[in-house]
Amino acid sequence: METPRIGSVIDGFTLTERLRSGAMATLWRATHPDHDRPLVLKIPILDPGTDVSVIVGYETEAMIHKRLSGRHVPRFVSAGDLARIPYIAMEFVAGTPLAETMRAAPLPVEEVVRIGITIAVALADLHRQNVAHLDLKPDNVMMTPAGAVLLDFGLSRHAELPDLLGEESSAPMGTAAYIAPEQVLGDRSDAASDIFALGCILYQMTTGEEPFGRPATVPGMKRRLYHAPRPPRAIRSETPAWLEEIILHCLEVDRGRRYADAAKVAFDLRHPEQVVVARHRRPTATPGLAKRLLARFQKREEAAILGPSARARREAGPSIILAAVDVSGEHDRLAQAILAETKRLLDAREDSWLACLTVLRTEIIRETQSVDEHGRSVYINRLVALKDWARPLHLREDRVSYHVIEAVSAADAILTYADHNDIDHIVLGARSSSAVRRHLGSVSTKVVAEAHCSVSVIRLKGSAAS
Amino acid sequence: MRIAVLTDLHANREATEAALAAVERLAPDRIALLGDLVGYGPDPVYAIETAERMVSDGALCLLGNHDEAAITGPSGMTPHAHDAILWTREQLSAAHLAFLATLPLSAELPGMLLVHASARTPGKWPYVSQEKAAAECLAATDAPLVLCGHTHVPMIYYALPGREPVRFSPLPHVAAPLSAIRRHVVVVGAVGQPRDGNPAACFALLDTERAEISMIRVPYDTQETARKIGVHGLPDWLGLRLHIGR
Repeated sequence: METPRIGSVIDGFTLTERLRSGAMATLWRATHPDHDRPLVLKIPILDPGTDVSVIVGYETEAMIHKRLSGRHVPRFVSAGDLARIPYIAMEFVAGTPLAETMRAAPLPVEEVVRIGITIAVALADLHRQNVAHLDLKPDNVMMTPAGAVLLDFGLSRHAELPDLLGEESSAPMGTAAYIAPEQVLGDRSDAASDIFALGCILYQMTTGEEPFGRPATVPGMKRRLYHAPRPPRAIRSETPAWLEEIILHCLEVDRGRRYADAAKVAFDLRHPEQVVVARHRRPTATPGLAKRLLARFQKREEAAILGPSARARREAGPSIILAAVDVSGEHDRLAQAILAETKRLLDAREDSWLACLTVLRTEIIRETQSVDEHGRSVYINRLVALKDWARPLHLREDRVSYHVIEAVSAADAILTYADHNDIDHIVLGARSSSAVRRHLGSVSTKVVAEAHCSVSVIRLKGSAAS
Repeated sequence: MRIAVLTDLHANREATEAALAAVERLAPDRIALLGDLVGYGPDPVYAIETAERMVSDGALCLLGNHDEAAITGPSGMTPHAHDAILWTREQLSAAHLAFLATLPLSAELPGMLLVHASARTPGKWPYVSQEKAAAECLAATDAPLVLCGHTHVPMIYYALPGREPVRFSPLPHVAAPLSAIRRHVVVVGAVGQPRDGNPAACFALLDTERAEISMIRVPYDTQETARKIGVHGLPDWLGLRLHIGR
């Protein structure tokens, strides 16, 4: 193939402008008569003698990008036949590269949180499509008004497709500043690697420093298995403890302790008051020389440090569960049944997390009663009742939160909460269809019809017949 | 072009009927049978007559090692396979054997070679069950794609020139990509006696335009097949293994 230049026409795409390009590929603005939106062509540099990994990287990117959809990836348009004329054509993404924003790091905490949520939401969407990015870094994130768009799937891994790149080489593939410890050891199978990279980005935005520097060698990259970075608060003391907690939770080397779901990172960034600051962190002190020498010669020990893949946890059950319960009645059998079902869901996964929600109906016509007949706050009464309802679950404080929401429509309140917090599974009750309960019953009907996740509707056996 | 590739029917009527019903729903442009119509299973007459009818309707059909053994008598087979072939020969007429004798060892379609065992010494029935055997298979042909059966375990080998092929276990019903710069050996799972731990009948759907191949799995009544195996006095294990797909 000829060297592409402005004005070149490739399969109907006309190159109009050369964009920032890397060592592996050139990027071009392009137009095509069949597409009115601006496009980008990515053309791999395949000179004679090009390393086979460049070809396989392009092959991987085309294979995976073609299967991705949604607003957090550039829309895929087409790919050229690799044997004839290789390129990937995609939608042009207008926005600010995260790398540009991060030049001003350290950034204000609100900015770190806002960007962190945006990236976590984009990652959750990618992971839902069975793809781990495996090269998440500021250069590969474009901030747009509609959210973060993730770029460059040349190192990515689709869980249901062959890992042609990983099979070519067991050398670490990624970017030294952001690569996860398991990737350093050649494991390309865990989407939690992206959460580690997200932790590096959050760290860098917060402190202005890269947590592990940019080691040029494999042993240098392996240091992150044994040496924890300086805590962000040691660099920038005004960092809130909860933000440090979230960052270090992303950077856990042991995947059994790291966040398994990007959606949970977004959740914690949105709800700092729910973040429990751990009392026992892994020691930041350097391990003794003997231990390090031993570790260097024991591959098995390295794998043990990483813990089990987070994939098993993601597949075991829902990560974030919402239990919506009416706690206005006493010794309510339906509330007990909702509790039992919630327990079964929680038991599927030890790191799952429960949001307990009860709706305090506000009246449209009359003024809402804020105190009961004894002058006690209705809100506090409900919160007490909600905590009492959840008590038999014996959940640690970092696995549960309580919400009393004032709303006109219980169904809308539940749906809004679920959407906003990327809830995986809702549990709620349905009353019998007696005249009094008909209105309440419609809550579950509406939630089932409109929720974007699984919903368990609990009904007492035999109670549907009025 | 969309091609349904079925192999290793092994005289399993229930599995074959279930697979062919799925093939009919998929409405491929062509159907290929990669051999081993008979052996192990209790319905060799059904399998041969079904294949004959499909061939007259335009399907390709190749010879497998069990088909060959049905013609010439078993040699060098495992005891169960040996016993089953002796029984099979008693069931078949001269016309059935004559049909088997017409089957070729391999066939070509544009851009692909079809063979029961391997492109390397097809009549010696080597197993493509690891990378080295896949490399040898590819070395014996210029075709960019080799479709075979024989191992009863679905597998795709991806090969770049001058490098050892990479293997991948395709997931059921997930289209696996074929690459324009690679050559491939696709080992199609068995219809009549799957051995990859999934007892459902397996066949492949190849889409040449999309450059993708999918392993389709179809559950069937293994109890009934196992019952018939028992009734005909064939070895019990041949029925038991159908329930567990081993």
